[in-house]
Amino acid sequence: MLHTFVAYVEDRPGVLTRVASLFRRLNINIHSLTVGHSERNSLSRMTVVCDASAEAGHRIRASLFKLENVVDVDDIAGAPSVTRELALIKVAATKHTRSAIFELVEVFRARIVDLTAESLMIEMTGVESKIEGLIQVLNESDSRILEICRSGKMTMRRGHHTSGVLRAMGADPGEKPLPDDEFAGAAEESAAIESE
Amino acid sequence: MGTDATAQAAHEHLTTPTRLTGAEIVWATLVGEGVTDVFGYPGGAILPVYDALRKFPIRHTLVRHEQGAAHMADGYARASGKVGVAIATSGPGATNLVTGIATAMLDSIPLVCITGNVSSKVLGTDAFQEVDITGITLPVTKHNFLIFRTEDIAPAIRSAFQIARSGRPGPVLVDITKDAQQGTAIFDFAAAKPRPYRPHPMLRVEESGLAQAAELIRHSKRPIILAGHGVTESEAMEQLRTLAERAQIPVALTLLGLGGFPASHPLNLGMMGMHGESWVNHAIQESDLLIACGMRFDDRVTGTLATYAPKAKKIHIEVDPAEINKNVKVDVALVGDLRAVLEELLPRIPGRDGSAWIKTIEASKGAVAVHDIKNLPDSGHLWAAHVVHDLWRITAGNAIVVTDVGQHQMWEAQYFHHEHPRTLITSGGLGTMGFALPAAIGAKFACPEKEVWVIAGDGGFQMTSAELSTIAQEKIKINIAIINNGYLGMVRQWQQFFYERNYEATPLVSPDFVKLADAHGIRGRAVRTRAEVADAVNEARSAPGAFLLNFLVEKEDSVYPMIPVGSALHEMIRRPDNDPLLESADDK
Repeated sequence: MLHTFVAYVEDRPGVLTRVASLFRRLNINIHSLTVGHSERNSLSRMTVVCDASAEAGHRIRASLFKLENVVDVDDIAGAPSVTRELALIKVAATKHTRSAIFELVEVFRARIVDLTAESLMIEMTGVESKIEGLIQVLNESDSRILEICRSGKMTMRRGHHTSGVLRAMGADPGEKPLPDDEFAGAAEESAAIESE
Repeated sequence: MGTDATAQAAHEHLTTPTRLTGAEIVWATLVGEGVTDVFGYPGGAILPVYDALRKFPIRHTLVRHEQGAAHMADGYARASGKVGVAIATSGPGATNLVTGIATAMLDSIPLVCITGNVSSKVLGTDAFQEVDITGITLPVTKHNFLIFRTEDIAPAIRSAFQIARSGRPGPVLVDITKDAQQGTAIFDFAAAKPRPYRPHPMLRVEESGLAQAAELIRHSKRPIILAGHGVTESEAMEQLRTLAERAQIPVALTLLGLGGFPASHPLNLGMMGMHGESWVNHAIQESDLLIACGMRFDDRVTGTLATYAPKAKKIHIEVDPAEINKNVKVDVALVGDLRAVLEELLPRIPGRDGSAWIKTIEASKGAVAVHDIKNLPDSGHLWAAHVVHDLWRITAGNAIVVTDVGQHQMWEAQYFHHEHPRTLITSGGLGTMGFALPAAIGAKFACPEKEVWVIAGDGGFQMTSAELSTIAQEKIKINIAIINNGYLGMVRQWQQFFYERNYEATPLVSPDFVKLADAHGIRGRAVRTRAEVADAVNEARSAPGAFLLNFLVEKEDSVYPMIPVGSALHEMIRRPDNDPLLESADDK
């Protein structure tokens, strides 16, 4: 099964190696890995997606926690969450062939971010399937894809800050925790936003 | 070792923030952490640290190879329960530590290894004797640090000590560039204190789990406690004993668990696993409840997992959440420090009658015990098991025994009966040949008043025999028993059982070990018959200095019973009936 781990790690040299090395040792291929700044100055946030058994998921999380530079690890199994990926796609296009691509981009709610005589660049944000849908449609059309750059998945749980560890470190949970029924409502609302 | 004046000066550094060089900060921090002994080998990139040593009340032991330094620190830690410290220079000095670090990692031994590195300006340029030791040791340390600023040295070393001894202990390496050692900074020991230790967030001992465990124990007909290294590490000997006695549950031990529960205790079954006695492994296979205490279901104790203890529910009490359900799926996991968990569990455990189950196990011992080598008359041969057993009898078990890896290690585990924790020091997880001699030196430094015996094979002994010089230089009293059978015995045994006696690369020519000892100014004696064993052991014990006994034992003896890899725990290779041991026995 696919696991999505969200980890807060110290923002210092070598931490990425330690995290990556743990997966390497278990012979688990990382599908995607994104790292960037988090809401806290000294911490980076990682989203790691990998394919492993359900039992391995527990062990990976427990092993990640054993790394001194890892502050918090969340295994977003089926929990309500929002996942996004960013893709930049460069397509060969001349002034004669552009308009067909413009239409596709419109349908997929992507954007053209660069345009030259021979090519154009599409920026698209969305869930993995949507990005793959655009790539497939481009491939099936007469357009020739020159380059694809994908960020890998970024995932965030819905609702208030769920990290007990970070709250213990003084993280702002945002609004005071919502009562269960309100939380359910909020989740539905954001589900509606995502499905748009 | 410095004088009283240096001790006083070092103490003042700890209470009054002072400007010191990085090299001085290294020692001052070690003093502050309570270190009195370190094991190391100097070299260019660590020279500033060595230059500052004379100002601090720390005894440094010069080793003959850095692997020895790591093993000595390891033996020191295992014998004392304190953190062992090894020091090496950059490049080859650092890489030579790696086997010792991995040994400590696999057995959860707290070590702090300090290495020098080239100056930060040339870091990463393949400068002379530069190696990426933090990269190399990343998978075999709990954590490591690359330090290139003087002011970071004290906080890093203090963190290293905290990490090494907390939770599931393990080795930590601190790599310090030469310019950081040469620079100066304000040394403020108190301010360098790390953040409070953060327990693993997945530790979990829930009411429901405790209740469930108590319930399983109450209703079990055939329970067994599996006790591992965690018993010693968390000092849960008393709690384990209370649990076993109150609920009348027999205790089986892992190799590293030996000593955690007294060998003479009526509930002690002995060692389990690949070379465990048949009744222990049969009992586990028949059990309806395994209570695993501070052990990790290593492949050497489970045999093939598919057929392991098929009738048993499993309770796992373990400090490392990553060990839960790793090899064996358990029914109740109590994830926390063993002693603390047992303290919580014990009030829920009522007295229990376990006599029927204990009788069943006792009955299964009978036939095997009769055939035991201990009961056999002297046939003129010298068997390794006799040597180990006589050593146990003569020392009355009051010694720290440090073994190497191989057949003699298993015979030690079978025939030397350990009553107390930290009296058997052995490389279990990594199985590091060459471990015994240096680890014994470390153990002797940790416990100078204790009698220390090395038991090593002729193969493993030669891997680190250069440390005989260290013994001579430090003038320490260690007794060495070489179980010399002219083979890499355990490998030969595997070739005999599984490779049609193709003894490829296992016959071994060794130097005359007695002469080798003599060359180091260490007395020694060869022993060829059982009749000589007692006298030789007594001579070694009463000699003022180190003493080496070269036991020339039967060449092709094997360790029995044995579970072949891939077999179930009850599918043992037994000592064959035509074994010369049995042919000469009275009972045949």
